[in-house]
Amino acid sequence: MIDRRKFLAAGLALPALSTTTARAAARIWQPSELGEGAVQTAILESLPGKVPLIKRAYRPPNFETPIDYFREPITRNDAFFVRYHLSAIPNVDAKAWRLKVGGDAARQPFELDLARLKKDFHPTDVVAVCQCSGNRRGMSSPHVQGVEWGVGAMGNAKWTGVRLKDVLEKAGITDKAVEIGFNGADGPAIQTTPDFVKTIPVQKAMDENTIIAYEMNGKPLPHWNGFPARVIVPGWTGTYWMKHVTDIDLRSSPLANFWMAAAYRVPAKLFTNADKFPTQDNATTKPITDIVVNSLVTSIHDGDHVKRGQMVDVAGVAWDGGRGIRDVEVSTDGGRSWVLAQLGKDYGNYSFRTFMHRFRVPAEGSPVVMVRAYNKRGDTQVEKLVFNPAGYHHNVIPQIHLEVA
Amino acid sequence: MKILALASVLLVPVASMLVMAGEEKIHLKEGAGVDLVRKDCVSCHSLDYIPLNSPFLDHKGWEATVAKMQKAYGAQIPQEDTAPIAEYLAKNYGKK
Repeated sequence: MIDRRKFLAAGLALPALSTTTARAAARIWQPSELGEGAVQTAILESLPGKVPLIKRAYRPPNFETPIDYFREPITRNDAFFVRYHLSAIPNVDAKAWRLKVGGDAARQPFELDLARLKKDFHPTDVVAVCQCSGNRRGMSSPHVQGVEWGVGAMGNAKWTGVRLKDVLEKAGITDKAVEIGFNGADGPAIQTTPDFVKTIPVQKAMDENTIIAYEMNGKPLPHWNGFPARVIVPGWTGTYWMKHVTDIDLRSSPLANFWMAAAYRVPAKLFTNADKFPTQDNATTKPITDIVVNSLVTSIHDGDHVKRGQMVDVAGVAWDGGRGIRDVEVSTDGGRSWVLAQLGKDYGNYSFRTFMHRFRVPAEGSPVVMVRAYNKRGDTQVEKLVFNPAGYHHNVIPQIHLEVA
Repeated sequence: MKILALASVLLVPVASMLVMAGEEKIHLKEGAGVDLVRKDCVSCHSLDYIPLNSPFLDHKGWEATVAKMQKAYGAQIPQEDTAPIAEYLAKNYGKK
């Protein structure tokens, strides 16, 4: 029988780590769908200021949060995943940092420093999931090229900052504006690589939940998560959440660079319920936008051993692209019957929502646990992967086989 | 930040070569073409991206990947190196 459990034993990769976190992380569950190379190259490794995370790639740094950190609804700053496209990542000096706001759809371009950003605009906060578009790419079947993420290229935090809308209004946004562009301080290793610059539609930019954050869970943003300020686009995938943001571009025309026109796109005919971004559509593809409804079971894993009569908790987190989680259903008999799980505290529609269902291992048979979340629009998870070439939007209902000892 | 700037300072990243702590632990399989991979690929990314993306790309898939690095990401790979690099990748990290 195939050993469905894949654990990452990484003691050798952990020099001089003595914290309990490091010890607890010494065995990390990874999904069985990952490719051989992804499993073999994964080690636990600490970036400065971070607990040991699952290293997918060193440079540009791509580090994944181990699953146990998702037992809590809010992800710790020091365990929050790290994802970069470009490898020249400056240590931004908060005192020297400036935000330039301008573009051809701005009547009054301006520039400001961090103190003024905090002082001149009303502070606000939002709890929101930041999820890499490619989270779970490594579980795609067939496998596709890219960073072979497991389930942890995501995190949920309380982001504090100022409304992007207020900043755009101060710049005198004109009715010609169609997209708002962002650039960050990180750049390519060589001049010929296109700089990472992204845009969002003006409607999303003017949404009161879209902010420029300077705090994450009440602390300054960690360097690796965009210090001193990053864009927060609640509900949408991480590609739009520009880190180390330095430029805001009010545009009367769509941006047509590699990162918009070629990357981060899905086939036009798939994911029809997704938020629209019409200025970036073409005949065959459209940009990825909001996060599909999804869940992650953290309390048990495929292949775990249980005893007859034992009480087992099926617990985890559920989230979506901003409609909010309505229900989480759990089956313990392989999908024949479903019951509602108990939902935990509501931190708002953009947040992880914890869920829990406790059941007794029956006298006969082996439990097969399945979980599906529904958002308030009625969207739910899929039974079969909606394959797409970039490996996005994996929200397949899991089948967690428990082995009765 | 434990980034070693080998050739330049961090705020002037153009044409510099940045290496992250830990990269020295990456070992690619020995084989014809590995020197070209080490020379041409490492200026933009650590070499663990190669085994990470294995073993599911066939020869065509690796060829397309090398071409993408050149066309989309502007990698400065000498034209004569592309075929032996794709060959090495397919042979050592290709679909079995």
